[in-house]
Amino acid sequence: MTTTADDPNAEMKAKRGFIARSRDFALELWRVLTRPSSVFALGTLVLAGFVAGVIFWGGFNTALELTNTEKFCTGCHEMKDNVYAELKSTVHFTNRSGVRATCPDCHVPHNWTDKIARKMQASKEVWGKIFGTIDTREKFLDHRLELAAHEWARFKANDSLECRNCHSADSMDITKQSPRASVAHQRFLFTKEKTCIDCHKGIAHQLPDMRGVPGWQ
Amino acid sequence: MMKRSGIILLAFAIAAGTSSLTAQTVTSGLRGATPLNDEGPAPPMLPNRNTSEKEVRNYPEQPPVIPHTIDGYQIDLNGNKCLSCHARARTAESQAPMVSITHFMDRDGQFLASISPRRFFCTECHVPQNTANPPVSNDFTDIDTLLSRASPGGRR
Repeated sequence: MTTTADDPNAEMKAKRGFIARSRDFALELWRVLTRPSSVFALGTLVLAGFVAGVIFWGGFNTALELTNTEKFCTGCHEMKDNVYAELKSTVHFTNRSGVRATCPDCHVPHNWTDKIARKMQASKEVWGKIFGTIDTREKFLDHRLELAAHEWARFKANDSLECRNCHSADSMDITKQSPRASVAHQRFLFTKEKTCIDCHKGIAHQLPDMRGVPGWQ
Repeated sequence: MMKRSGIILLAFAIAAGTSSLTAQTVTSGLRGATPLNDEGPAPPMLPNRNTSEKEVRNYPEQPPVIPHTIDGYQIDLNGNKCLSCHARARTAESQAPMVSITHFMDRDGQFLASISPRRFFCTECHVPQNTANPPVSNDFTDIDTLLSRASPGGRR
């Protein structure tokens, strides 16, 4: 009888003890951190901080770049079997000069700040991966318009920046283009009336149902 | 005696004939000098004509050929890349020729507001042109030439 009455009390005591202990630990840590060092020289601290900073920053960027490769992207079957398979037949995968645009070249901004912003957005994609939002071909096709619309909106908003990282309007020699392309670029690209994605949709992946998309039937 | 020498002569003639046949290489415009039991090297792939200039039809009902490249153009249930320039509503911006109004007609002869589904797949009739020289020449004569030939003094 007594044991059953004592047990909850003891448990509560232990729990409170843990909370109290962790609070004490946090307070102690704060005191250590705010107090000036009495053991290490300032030079040692600065140097150690610098080295630790280099290691942390380098490690962070290395890990970030690791998630910015074709191999990483196609590690998931959702990418490998759908969008990557479609890319393979296009000019951005194989061409006469052997230059390949890999996934992040078009889908991740190259500028560091924008890249971090996009990587934070990509947490939604991690969520999708965990819960299998597009883990079958059918589910992928159902979401294709939504997914494509996100990318079109992003390209439209940043004036097709990822296209222009390679295809600069200034370096474009329109005399080397077909008459049709030359006329279209002079009328719409050079006048800034349109941006790349307005006309060049579906160049690297297949298109979703285009009914209702401006310029399509 | 006469008969026997005749037979011997004939045998020689046949032997000579067969040997000359086997030694002969068959040359044709399509195969080149490749022996019949061999597969020759494939001719190089040539680029498509890409002038964007309208080409004259060879006969009145010929589907106009496509004077530009259409590599990677998607024509399926989801979309039709050709129509993003050649559709009626798109021609002002693209300056491309409009799809013929006959293509708006369904099989019951009713005109629809846009391309009839049976005319949706452009490349069933309209095709881009290659820059290759045909190995066999074409002696097709169009109706205008025939008419001018039939009536002395030219076409009326």
